Amino acid sequence: MSGHSHVHDHDHDHDHDHPGEHGAPLSGPALRAKALESLLVEKGLVDPAALDQLIDRYETKVGPRNGARVVARAWTDPAFKRRLLEDTSAAMAEFGYTGRQGENMVAVENTLKVHNMICCTLCSCYPWPVLGLPPVWYKSAPYRARAVIDPRGVLKEFGVTLADDVEIRVWDSTAELRYLVLPMRPPGTEGMSEEQLAELVSRDAMIGTGVVTNPAR
Amino acid sequence: MNGVHDLGGTHGFGPVEPEPNEPVFHAPWERRVFALNVIGGMLGKWNIDMSRYAREQMPPVEYLSTSYYEHWLYGL
Repeated sequence: MSGHSHVHDHDHDHDHDHPGEHGAPLSGPALRAKALESLLVEKGLVDPAALDQLIDRYETKVGPRNGARVVARAWTDPAFKRRLLEDTSAAMAEFGYTGRQGENMVAVENTLKVHNMICCTLCSCYPWPVLGLPPVWYKSAPYRARAVIDPRGVLKEFGVTLADDVEIRVWDSTAELRYLVLPMRPPGTEGMSEEQLAELVSRDAMIGTGVVTNPAR
Repeated sequence: MNGVHDLGGTHGFGPVEPEPNEPVFHAPWERRVFALNVIGGMLGKWNIDMSRYAREQMPPVEYLSTSYYEHWLYGL
């Protein structure tokens, strides 16, 4: 579709007026998306039901709860943690978390001295099988531009302040290699079960723009 | 290629602004563009390198003034 020109109406910036519904005219992108889909369906290349299935999978089924289970297992099972750090993809596969956009994974462990953060400066590479699809801010120009040059400033915007002697390592994901941050287990959680621990693990903690805290403290 | 998509280290884009609720998609057409991209890869019609290269061909001004799934749509 290169070489076309059109006027942007920026419907996507607004609060869900869902162009095209209720008889309103379709926006530029909506119209082009519809035309493309119709064409591909007409040619027999695409089954609309398969599209629906994919959308449902990534909108409602695959998400950061997967990653949280992996993290909680690593906190409670030292042998699993070793496997996770040595061969992350294989350890994830023990949960069935395999496939698209997570074929080659590396888990990076936070310690008292090292804090890891992931980004994708070039586009939006992100570990889909364990975190789902990335949030808009992860794909946005400010995060992509600043994560690698001002990670402490970015962390501050997420409400995270690290001690000056903590080294920050920023991992720029690629199409081939995706990262998952293994956050530190918060103190005072010794008595918690794997399931309870998984509840504490936020998506941002696994991106490295958050840390896991113990709500009881 | 150090095109406009190569944003690492660039100044001037302002703060990172997470949105409330964080919907996965922001319009029905974004769902279709997402699925069309992924299914094209599954069918062997293209791969991730081809689709990324296609998105990176977007003119710089347009790239920076359009949304993420508009990049994907452009690539298609």
